Parts: sequence; structure tokens; C-alpha cells
Amino acid sequence: MSPASTPWLIRGAEIAGPGGRAVTDLLLAGGTVTAIGTGLSEAGARVLDAGGLMALPGLVDLHTHLREPGREDAETVETGTRAAALGGFTAVHAMANTEPVADTAGVVEQVWRLGRAAGYCDVQPVGAVTAGLAGTRLAELGTMADSAAHVRVFSDDGRCVADPLLMRRALEYVKAFDGVIAQHAQDPRLTEGAQLNEGEISGRLGLAGWPAVAEEAIIARDCLLAAHVGSSLHVCHVSTAGSAEIIRWAKSKGWPVTAEVTPHHLLLTDELAVGYDPVFKVNPPLRTAADVAELRRALADGTIDCVATDHAPHPVEAKETEWSEAAFGMTGLETALRVVQRAMVDTGLLDWAGVADRMSVRPARIGRLTGHGTPLAAGGPANLTLYDPAAPAEAVSPAGASKSRNTPFAGMPLPGRVVATFLRGIPTVLDGKLA
Amino acid sequence: MKRHLISAADLSRGDALLILDTAEELASLADRPIKKLPTLRGRTVVNLFFEDSTRTRISFEAAAKRLSADVINFSAKGSSVAKGESLKDTALTLEAMGADAVVIRHSASGAAHRLAGWVRGSVVNAGDGTHEHPTQALLDAFTIRRRLVGGPRGVRGGGQPPREQGGSGGDRSPRANTALDGIRVTIVGDVLHSRVARSNVLLLSTLGAEVTLAAPPTLLPLAVDTWPCAVSYDLDTELPKSDVVMMLRVQQERMTAAYFPSVREYSRRYGLDAARMARLPEHAIVMHPGPMNRGVEIAAEVADSVRSTIVEQVANGVTTRMAVLYLLLGGTEFPEVAP
Repeated sequence: MSPASTPWLIRGAEIAGPGGRAVTDLLLAGGTVTAIGTGLSEAGARVLDAGGLMALPGLVDLHTHLREPGREDAETVETGTRAAALGGFTAVHAMANTEPVADTAGVVEQVWRLGRAAGYCDVQPVGAVTAGLAGTRLAELGTMADSAAHVRVFSDDGRCVADPLLMRRALEYVKAFDGVIAQHAQDPRLTEGAQLNEGEISGRLGLAGWPAVAEEAIIARDCLLAAHVGSSLHVCHVSTAGSAEIIRWAKSKGWPVTAEVTPHHLLLTDELAVGYDPVFKVNPPLRTAADVAELRRALADGTIDCVATDHAPHPVEAKETEWSEAAFGMTGLETALRVVQRAMVDTGLLDWAGVADRMSVRPARIGRLTGHGTPLAAGGPANLTLYDPAAPAEAVSPAGASKSRNTPFAGMPLPGRVVATFLRGIPTVLDGKLA
Repeated sequence: MKRHLISAADLSRGDALLILDTAEELASLADRPIKKLPTLRGRTVVNLFFEDSTRTRISFEAAAKRLSADVINFSAKGSSVAKGESLKDTALTLEAMGADAVVIRHSASGAAHRLAGWVRGSVVNAGDGTHEHPTQALLDAFTIRRRLVGGPRGVRGGGQPPREQGGSGGDRSPRANTALDGIRVTIVGDVLHSRVARSNVLLLSTLGAEVTLAAPPTLLPLAVDTWPCAVSYDLDTELPKSDVVMMLRVQQERMTAAYFPSVREYSRRYGLDAARMARLPEHAIVMHPGPMNRGVEIAAEVADSVRSTIVEQVANGVTTRMAVLYLLLGGTEFPEVAP
């Protein structure tokens, strides 16, 4: 990485704002955007010719599994944040299901410090809702909030806070420090042994079904609880058309509910499981084409606030096995923006201003992050991503910066290319490679 | 035919008839003092059984041995699999030993499919979890055809005198190449978890049979309406129009998992007892893939009645599996009956 003191002059990038697209120069210095406009110049600045590139505010991921501490064979904070930078992210939220679980100030501070040391993007730890993710008693939410990691998002992701009373208390309790509970919506009884979306494919393949209602019932309940106690609910990885409908209804009431969708749920369907390749095994499972269409529509109209990757790296042996033995999860940081281009932009559902909103502005707001997700403007933080949407579709390589290779997009041609990423004015990625 | 037999959906109508006709040719062996053919001499068939299933394993073993193949039995118990070896490593080990065919039984749906990606030899699915069991469907189709349609030597068809020399595929008895068009088959019980039901629905419908599933709604897949069959919740209305009733085993673990209120109620509504059997047409047969829960899905007097083909199914299993191994491994000489 170049020293922080070197200013950068980005020439001729396109910025998509609510008022349309404009070609402009950006001058980055001292961690901020110091000037924006045409014909900028600065003595001593390094120049990046950004002709034809979109400049987006640095992407923010609300849902990343960095696996450290505990599963450094799958990913580390270092490798995961490298992957994030290559995907155009400047901040990621690290999920709590590590070993040990991030349910104390000690663990969240450790993850936060590892992120600072890595330097490729900001790492904001998510705290567990319940001690050890066991779903029986609350973790020390306030202590994590007060820690150096400044935790505001709490989630037992990987497991559902299924006990309605515990969920109510968690929602209520985090109001004291403007926290949000990010729920992994999955009724445990309805999904015992579940392997794949319950439907035509699961019936044919003889795999235990994961019914849409197991997600939708929890979301409905939690929306009602959030309204009842007046606290913020965030719904992780919404995967069904019915879930989108419930969230749309909750929002129409003005309730404090937000939601995310993963790139894979915007593009892939359960049909891919017919070869029993567990690279397509994920939780919640891939759904039907009708669900995919409705999720896209919900993201486009803002019912679903943001895209979050649910980047879930696993070592080879966790996937090179029988379907039912394999781990749930897919990597996603390095492909997220390209998938969103294909699913949302190239289909005409979302423009680039919309992408900036759904992948940077809104996730930063939901995650209570300062210094991220602000529109590119003079005086704002110099966190940005330069993306070439016209780059010809190229097959995704499973080998990237992540330690794991469980990408469901391997071999799939996806458009676009992340050309550069800047974190507080310092390039983390240049010419598509780690800087 | 494809190189592997993993799903009954892999078989076209022509493939299925070829297997059944080949099995008919091979059936004559069973009546001879020397039951062995030299066709697969020098070939190796591995029986890879991760689940206990003595009856299926010995059926495949007998089939392979009657074709003179070398048979290696590999069971999970007492092997490295019990010590946590992965399916892939087991597959690579078999590959190194030079298996020409691997017959796999596994508790995980899709295990046979995964294995086929890791070995060069042919893979025969001998039951994978709650997915499929295609050779069971083939032996069931073979049994139905013999009993109700009359193959070359079918009971009602009269058949041909046994031939001393098998011919090539073109020289078939007139009864060969007949399918199951219009035969009405009712499959009863736990369809949701049954690999036998899945394979039978696919194969029997490919062969032209009209399949109806009769089961409580809890034991049917949610999207069963996309399957090539009819569905009924009422066994009694189906019986008078059935040529074949196939009873599925009720697994012990279903009995306590809220699929039905009690074993007695299941038996009352979906069990085949003597009174229900009396509602069947005169010619109808009763099938069961075994092992049976006598007194649960089938009453003892039904299992032991003349309509029951249960023992016949076992014998037909060997013949049908011989045909499958023969055709997949491309035996050099077509059934040449040993002198």
C-alpha cells in the first residue's frame, strides 16, 4: 500500500447520484475527498485514469463470516478482508459465530483489532445475542456495546433466536444503546435435518425440505415484536417471496424493520442442487425462480434495504462430501457487485445510484457505521470503489483472495470488474489487484 | 444406456425394456444345475455398503458371481469409514484397486451421484438415503411383467421353451419388448422417505403403468403433484381398481415423529389386511420390497397369500441385477448358457 500521505487524483469517473450520472474528478487527500469537480489538478498527486468507471461509495457488508478466531483454516480476518477489498468493500460486519463465540467484550475487541491490523477494510464485529449462541440467556450486550469494538448489531446468525420471550427481551434491551437485532429467521422445529428448499426439487432428490414458512413465520413474529417494543429488527438473508411480502407489510405500518438479501439468492435457484454438489448448499437454501424474481423486485423497491453477502468460507473437505454431511454456506465477497450488476442493473431493475444505496448507504446506516456509506462529496470520507460495468463477462475463478473456494459462481460468466478500492484515501485495490 | 445407474430417470423406455428382456434371458440360468456365465470374467465388482442391508448385498453379490465377476465386499463397519474416512477417499481407494463397477448403498441421498464423479467405473445405486433404489424398481417391474403381462416365459403368457443358446439382442421371443402399458399400480405408505417409491414411480410410468400413491398427506412430498402419478389419501377406493398393490415399509423412526397419531391408526387406515385384500380384483398381486413389518403395513395372512410376490421379488432381484451389471459392464458374450 502506498503511504497515507500520497494524494490521489481520480480522473473522469462517473458518479451516479439521484440527479443522474456525471463525469467528474475526485481528489483524495488525508483520508477525505478534498475536491470534486472537473479539471482538477494537484501537484504530487498520483493520477488514476477512471474513464468509463463508476465511482461508488465504498461498499459495506452487513453479513460476513471471517471465521477468526477458531477456524483459521477456512478464513482469517486478513484473508477475508483482502477478499472484501477485491470485491469493492471498505467495511464488513464480522458475524459472531466464531470459536469462541463473539459474545464477550474480549472476543469482539480481538476481532476489531485484527481488522485494524489487516488494514484492507474496516471490520465491525457483530456480537452474539445469546451466550454461546445457545439461545437460552442474553450475552452481555451492553458490555460489547461499550467496548472498543463499539458493537451495535447483535446476531446469533447461523441459529435463530427462536424463543419468543428471549427475542422480545433482546429487542427491548438494545434500545438503551441504539442497537439492532439481526435475526437469522429459521424455526428450528420446522427445519430439523432440513437440507434444501422444500418443493419439487427436494421431493425429487429425497432431501429433507426447508419450508419457506419456517422463515416467514419467524419474520412475521419478529416484526410484531419489534413493533410492540419499538425497537429495531434487521432480517438477515431474506430468501422467500413470502418474507418480502411480510416485510413490505411491516414497513407499510412504519415499523422499524430492515432486511437484507444475499447475492446468491438474487441469482441462483434450487434447481442447481440436482447434481448434489454441496457448493450449492446454503442456509437459508436456494429457492425457486419465483422467489428470486420477487426478491429482486423487493430490493428494487426498497422493501429489502440492502445486499449482504453472507460470505461463508469453508475448507474443501467440508464440501467434498455427501450433500447431507456438507457444511452450509458460500463465499461471496469477491463476486457480490458483479452478481448485483447481472441480477439488478443489467435487468433494468436498479440503476447505479440504487446500487450505491443498497450496497453502501443503507447497510452503513443499519450497521450504525460512521465514516462509511456517505455519498461521494467534498469533505466526506475517501472510501470508494471504482468499478467497470462494461468489462466483458468473464467466468468466475474459484481461486481468489479468500482462503476458501466454495463459490457457487465458479465458471459462471459475470459482467463487470472492480478496478480499485480506496479506504480513507489509501488504495487497497488497484487495477483489480491488491495494492 | 448411460454408464451409471443412479436414478430410474436415467432409463429410457428402451433401456428399461432391454434390461427386463435381458433379465428374462438370464432367468433361464436359475433353473440350470450350473448357474454361472463367463461373461464378466476378470472384471471386478465392488459392493460398497455404508448401510446394513444383507439382502440387497447378497443379491448383488450373487448376480455378479453368476456372471463370473470378482466380487469385493466393502462394508462400512470395521473399515476405515468407521474411523471417519470420507466417501471421496474411499472412492479413490476403490479406484486404485481397479473396480469396474461399484454398487453403493448409503444413508445419504445423492451419495451414488457424488461417487460417480470420483470413480471411473460404473456406479450402481443400491439405495441412497431417501432418494432412489433403481434396481428395486427394475425387479418390481420384472415381477409385474411376469405375473400380469407375460414376458417370454411369463406365467400368464405361456412363454417360450427355454433356449439352449442365447441369441443376439435382435433375436427375441415375441413377448420381449412388452411394457406395462395400462397396468394400474398402487403404492401405499411412506412415500416421503421411500427410495423404493421414487424409483418405482419413475420407472413404472416410463413403462406405461398408471401409478397411484396412497398415503396419509404427512407422508407425501409437498410437490407430489409434479410427479408422473396420481395421489389418493384413501386406500379403500383405490383397491378395486388396482392390478398391483405395493406396500412400503413403515420405518420405526416415523412412528414417533407425528407423521400419524399411532401405529394402530396407521395400520387401520393404510395397512393391507385380509378384508382389504378381498377388495382387490381376482388377478391382482401384492408386493413388498421387504423387510416387512407384519401386522403394521401388511397382515401375515396377506404376506403369505398366493397373491403375494414377496419371495418371487427376491429371486427376480438376482436376475435383474445380473442384467444391469451385464449391460453396464458391456459383457463380451451375450448369455451363453454354460454346458
